[in-house]
Amino acid sequence: MSVDQKTVRRIARLARIAVTDEEVPHLQNELNAILAFVAELDGVEVAGIEPLTSVIPMKLPMRRDEVTDHAGADVVVANAPATENHFFTVPKVVE
Amino acid sequence: MSDLAKLTLADARDQLRAKKISAVELTQTHILAIEKSRGLNAFVAETPLKALEMARAADAHIASGNAGPLEGLPLGIKDLYATEGVHTQACSHILDGFKPNYESTVTSHLWRDGAVMLGKLNMDEFAMGSSNETSFYGPVASPWLPPNWTEEQGRQALAGDKKGLLVPGGSSGGSASAVAARLCLGATASDTGGSIRQPAAFTGTVGIKPTYGRCSRWGMVAFASSLDQAGPITRTVRDSAIMLRSMAGYDSKDSTSVDLPVPDYEQAIGTSIKGMKIGIPREYRVDGMSDEIEALWQKGIDWLRDAGAEIVDITLPHTKTALPAYYIVAPAEASSNLARYDGVRYGLRVLGRDIADMYEKTRAKGFGKEVRRRIMIGTYVLSAGYYDAYYLRAQKVRTLIKRDFDRVYADGIDAILTPATPSAAFGIGEKAGADPIEMYLNDIFTVTVNMAGLPGIAVPGGLSNEGLPLGLQLIGRPFDEGTLFSIAEVIERAAGRIKLPEIWWA
Repeated sequence: MSVDQKTVRRIARLARIAVTDEEVPHLQNELNAILAFVAELDGVEVAGIEPLTSVIPMKLPMRRDEVTDHAGADVVVANAPATENHFFTVPKVVE
Repeated sequence: MSDLAKLTLADARDQLRAKKISAVELTQTHILAIEKSRGLNAFVAETPLKALEMARAADAHIASGNAGPLEGLPLGIKDLYATEGVHTQACSHILDGFKPNYESTVTSHLWRDGAVMLGKLNMDEFAMGSSNETSFYGPVASPWLPPNWTEEQGRQALAGDKKGLLVPGGSSGGSASAVAARLCLGATASDTGGSIRQPAAFTGTVGIKPTYGRCSRWGMVAFASSLDQAGPITRTVRDSAIMLRSMAGYDSKDSTSVDLPVPDYEQAIGTSIKGMKIGIPREYRVDGMSDEIEALWQKGIDWLRDAGAEIVDITLPHTKTALPAYYIVAPAEASSNLARYDGVRYGLRVLGRDIADMYEKTRAKGFGKEVRRRIMIGTYVLSAGYYDAYYLRAQKVRTLIKRDFDRVYADGIDAILTPATPSAAFGIGEKAGADPIEMYLNDIFTVTVNMAGLPGIAVPGGLSNEGLPLGLQLIGRPFDEGTLFSIAEVIERAAGRIKLPEIWWA
């Protein structure tokens, strides 16, 4: 399988990465090179094989549904580029 | 550089305990070495004040008889480990200014045991790379001079764009370069497809990726969560055994961390390997393998046979599928893990006309080329209509890869010997061409180990015809790192410990 330029733009949109018109053909070539490389797997017989979900056979541990760390709002927002009264601020989403 | 920096981690530990040296003088020696070696670009953040404070505390612990297993030993930390209040960016622009208010479990184990932090080490951005050239902070140079270069040539290149100097490998390039250049006694690293073992092989150092689940991933910047593991890079096998013992251990904050006791790996050093069965997988004899890699592998086989091990030819039929399957699984997991970088909670923000525009501009500016490429591949293989053809198929292939190993271990094989890399180190800028696959092929011998979750160690086996280090890899049974240390030390002894380059860079 290979991707066309329209698909490259769609993937970029899904990944929330802005791409310029000049970047699209390069990305198309690179993505197609990788897709051609992984196409080697098409020849592998996988009928009846279960997908691997955990390399180590173990049960997912359960814990109580309770607060385990609460450093406070100051700490939570300390690294944010923009905050107001302990809230993360973003451009207006709802008009 | 004083002789203190030439000590192995084990020697330094013993001399500290015997009070022949102090942690403060040992730390000062390393701080000075780092300052003089900035041209290598191995460190992206230096923490000398913190280091001296920790060293003074270590000296007090030693004086009062309360020394931990790593008391007073100065280490470097890969930039993807969260270190409280200290630069933690996985060498990405998108994490600009990020200083976590928590400590990763692995580093907190090191400080619990008395180690001293010298600073944060350069790496490929988000651990995506095999040459440390994708770092936002620029490439790292290896302390090994390119063949036929004069020291003066090396110094001039270091002061310039570093082109032509050798890469230390990646993604843990800063860790490998710093350890080989004696800027720290050991370093933390991490390995998703070979990022500990390939740089160790390129720099003549030792690196182990333990079994998946052996070390907690909590507080490590995530790349591909089903493959990522922490591990050390050091100058000797014994040093790796000492460091891994402290790094490993159960952690309830990582749901894939395994609750098994951590053995004293150092006890494995010097244990006889007589009667052990060593598998030699025929599929690793790849097309176009160079004569010197072939010869290195044969030497490794001979050394182990001489030490009384039984050499057994084995087959791992799905070896060839591991790298293509990896380039589906790893980008898929990365595209999900890296969705969190959106310019809202931390790091870089580029303003846009609305929130979606802000996300897109922030991520376009904050991620480097290789990271963008992998996020896009991952997004594609997980997108509607393609999931079964790519991701699900790759996870089934992964089951087959793991079965290959399960079968040979069930047949009584104790460990598997392979080359660590298909070649010696290459030059900075040499593989900057258009085809990303060329760089990916560096991991051809290491990536199967991550796909199967097994432990793997890289140990120096000798020098290439041009005088550059080459590494051998041993792959073990799950949670049998001890056996790997025993066998690796046999190789280290037989090969003769590699002579690291004399200082030309400082």
